[in-house]
Order: sequence, then structure tokens, then C-alpha cells
Amino acid sequence: MNHTCDRCDRPAEVHEIDPINGVDVHLCREHALEAGFQLPEPTAAKVYSQIGSTMQIQISTGRERTASCKTCGSTFARFRKSGLLGCPDCYTNFDQKLDGIIARSQNKANAHVGRVPEQDASLVDRHARRRTLLEEIERAVASEHYERAAMLRDKLQTLTDSSV
Amino acid sequence: MSQAFDPTQTDQSDVVVSSRVRLARNLVGFPFVNRADPEQCREIVTLVRSMELASGAETTWVDMTEANQTDRHILLERHLISQQFIAAEGPRGVAINRERTLSIMVNEEDHLRIQVLLPGSQLRNAWNQVNKVDHRLERSAELAVHPRWGYLTACPTNVGTAIRFSIMAHLPALRMTKEVERLRRAANTLHLAVRGFYGEGSESSGDFYQISNQLTLGLSEEDLLAKFADTVVPKVVNYERVAREMLLERNRILLEDRVHRAVGILTTARLLSIIEAMKQLSRVRLGISLGLVDVVSLQDVQNLFLEIQPAHLRVAFGANAEVQTEDMDDEWIRECRATHVRATLAKAR
Repeated sequence: MNHTCDRCDRPAEVHEIDPINGVDVHLCREHALEAGFQLPEPTAAKVYSQIGSTMQIQISTGRERTASCKTCGSTFARFRKSGLLGCPDCYTNFDQKLDGIIARSQNKANAHVGRVPEQDASLVDRHARRRTLLEEIERAVASEHYERAAMLRDKLQTLTDSSV
Repeated sequence: MSQAFDPTQTDQSDVVVSSRVRLARNLVGFPFVNRADPEQCREIVTLVRSMELASGAETTWVDMTEANQTDRHILLERHLISQQFIAAEGPRGVAINRERTLSIMVNEEDHLRIQVLLPGSQLRNAWNQVNKVDHRLERSAELAVHPRWGYLTACPTNVGTAIRFSIMAHLPALRMTKEVERLRRAANTLHLAVRGFYGEGSESSGDFYQISNQLTLGLSEEDLLAKFADTVVPKVVNYERVAREMLLERNRILLEDRVHRAVGILTTARLLSIIEAMKQLSRVRLGISLGLVDVVSLQDVQNLFLEIQPAHLRVAFGANAEVQTEDMDDEWIRECRATHVRATLAKAR
């Protein structure tokens, strides 16, 4: 691929299909990092770039190629290419990688607030409460309210136990 | 069909041609369609069909692997299935209600794509109907839902509510004034998509544009609906109306000339390609909305947009059903189209 970066004239190192607009995204290292992409160490890439451009492509995508879903075997590289995940469990198995992608396409939203099937409602509710508690604990620790943090942690523990 | 009062159902028929609500759903225990083998796809089809039958819903099943090209294109022309669904391979099909307002595509990008499409501006009615089907479905099937991400979809950009609200809008004045590009850019920043006549990947035809919400996560269905139906749609309608008024004010004679030329072509031509017919009918539709011509009613011209589609003409004129997609609009069909349009306009006069 000989694309230059969409935001400057440097050669692009990250290539992504933007599923919303149906256009490709090409970014240089700096702009890719700014957009939230995770890239391998620059030193390794630099060494390989001296050996040859094909090697560079291999190293910049090599890590993603090995990440695969434990349930369906789909790789993350396959998702990058097609824009489609392989099975519902991919959401759990690629959780961290999907975080940024979903947030970017959903105006920074990071959780569902609409309806769910009745049988799933309590599960979703517990998950939301757990997330709120975690955020509150972080805030309490940050403001050095350790007693409150301990109390909240107990609450979280109870919530976790009751869901088992 | 009796319809409940719909507050979104205001008179926007000059611009809004139809309203559509679509839900994506996937079943637990199967990979997504892109990863499922034919055996799994067949199992999904059997499961959904048995659920539909058991629910007592009056839908007709069309097996896409058995349907001929013309029948497939009839469904596409009615916007009951997608272009991707025609081109796809493997076991798949669609359940359609008698009124042809509901379609449930099985094994498109997701296991289920439930859609309600109603004429004019009635998004809330469409949402209520689609919601009923969804409730019916979840009683008999376990759906893929994530505590954080909501309804899971093959493409993560649909996750959450997995809902898409859209309208088909007739925007000839915005097209003539080249404002459509500005609309596209504005839509982009508002997380809306502006697509062609047949949705994703299709060109605009007859100045029709499909406008839909892109956000599916972080807002409830009701909030998404309210935002789209009460804010976005009126803005689009108003934008087009202002452009029409402006054209009338600044270029009335040019506009009248275009409209009357279109009437002239449509009432005399002996061969009409689909592109030319859509283009000229669009001008006539604009002319009727602005009161420049009254050769035919708005409803009749709207019906013509469907009747002149290749597969609809093939059926109406008794053509061979087994035809390649590229031969769908052959010379004989172009002649049939011209004949049909002339007859309809003559009858209206």
C-alpha cells in the first residue's frame, strides 16, 4: 500500500476501513497514535524498514494477526479487513481492542442504555451498578476518602457474590 | 390496515416518501453469518421459520436460494430486501407480511434483520410495529445480548440498540442547487448517513436519498427516535422546501421548463431507460408538489416510481422470469416502460 496519511503528507502506517462512511482511513504513526490506535515499538519498525517495506508491513500487523477469538477462531486482522466480527463471543475476547473502535463510531458512547430482552434485564442492571460502583471507588480513592472506598468495595463484593 | 395515531405523521409527503425502522438481532449459540457454515445457516433458517410459524404471525416465506432473479428483484425494488442479500450465497430467506410492510431477512449480515417500511412520514408507527415483532421473537429465541454492549451485531458499529431509523426523502431542489453535498457533510457530523435509492452502496436515483441515524449506542430507542423524527426529519424537509422556494423565486421559468419538458418526454417517448424515467418522473413529482403541473396526482406519480422498475415491468408484461441481472432492463422492457408511463399519464389527464 502506498497511501499517504489522511492528515499529513507522511506515508501511512495504519490502514482501516471506516464502516460508517465506507471510506478507508490511512494514518501515519503520529496521527494513528493520536486517534487511539495501538502500534508496535517504533525502534523495531525502524530496523525493519531499513531491511524492506514488506517486512515493515508484516511487523506492523503481526501482533493483531495472532489475536484470535477463543470461540470462533476469527482473528482481529480479519475484522480489520472485513469490518465484521465472527461471533457474539468476539465482543468479550476482543473487549479492549473494540472499546476505542466502538467509542469512535458511537460519539464516545461506551454502554447500552436501551431495552434488552426481559430475561437479560437483571444481568444488564447488575453490570451497570457494578460499573458505577467501580467509578465511585476510583473517585473515593483519588480524593483520599478511604473509608468510603472500603464501604463501596464491600458493596461491590456483595453484588459480585449475588451474581454467581 | 388500521393505523394508530402517529404524532410523527405530519404532512411531509412533498419530501418524505417512506419511513423505515430496522432492527438487527442474532441468536445465541451460532457464529455470525459471515462465519457460519451452510449447515449452521440452514439451522438458523429452520429455527426462525419454526418460531414465526409458532407465533401465529401471518408471514409468507421466500427462500432466496429457490427464488428466480425476477422475484428477488421484485423484493429489492420494494425495499423489502437489500442488494447484499441478493448477491449473498448460502441458505437464507425472508418472511414478509401480507401488507408487504414487514420483512424479516434471515442470514443477511446478521441472523435477523427485522424491518417495517411504511409510506409517508410515520416513523413512530413503524417503530411500534417492529417493536412488537421483536417482543414476539424474544419469547421464543435466546438473543445475543451483552451486559455492556446491548444487542450484539456482526458489525460493531450497529451494536447497542441495533436500530436504524430512516426516511426516503425526495430532494430534487437540493440536488439542483448542489446543496446535497452540503447536506452530506452536515449529516456526517450529526452521525447520520445519506445513501442512495437502494441503501448502502447504491446511487441516488430520481433524486431520492435514504437518510438514517448512525448512532445505536448510549441512547435508548425512544431517545433515538425522538431525535431523528422530531429534529432531523423536519430539518431535512425544511431544507428542501427552502431550496424549492428559492428556485421558484430566482429561476421560475427554468424550473417550469424542466418540469414541462419532463411531461413532454414521458407522454411521448417510445423507449425509456430506468435512469431517464426516474430523472423525468422526479421533475414531474417536483412540479406537482409546487403546483406547476397537475397532469397526474402525487400518489400516482409515486406509484409509477415502483411500477417502472425492471422486475415489476417484467412481471406486469409477462416476461421470462429467468434473466440475468444485467439484462433486466433490456430494450423490450424499456419499450414496456414507455408504454406504461404514457398510458398512466393519459389516463390521469
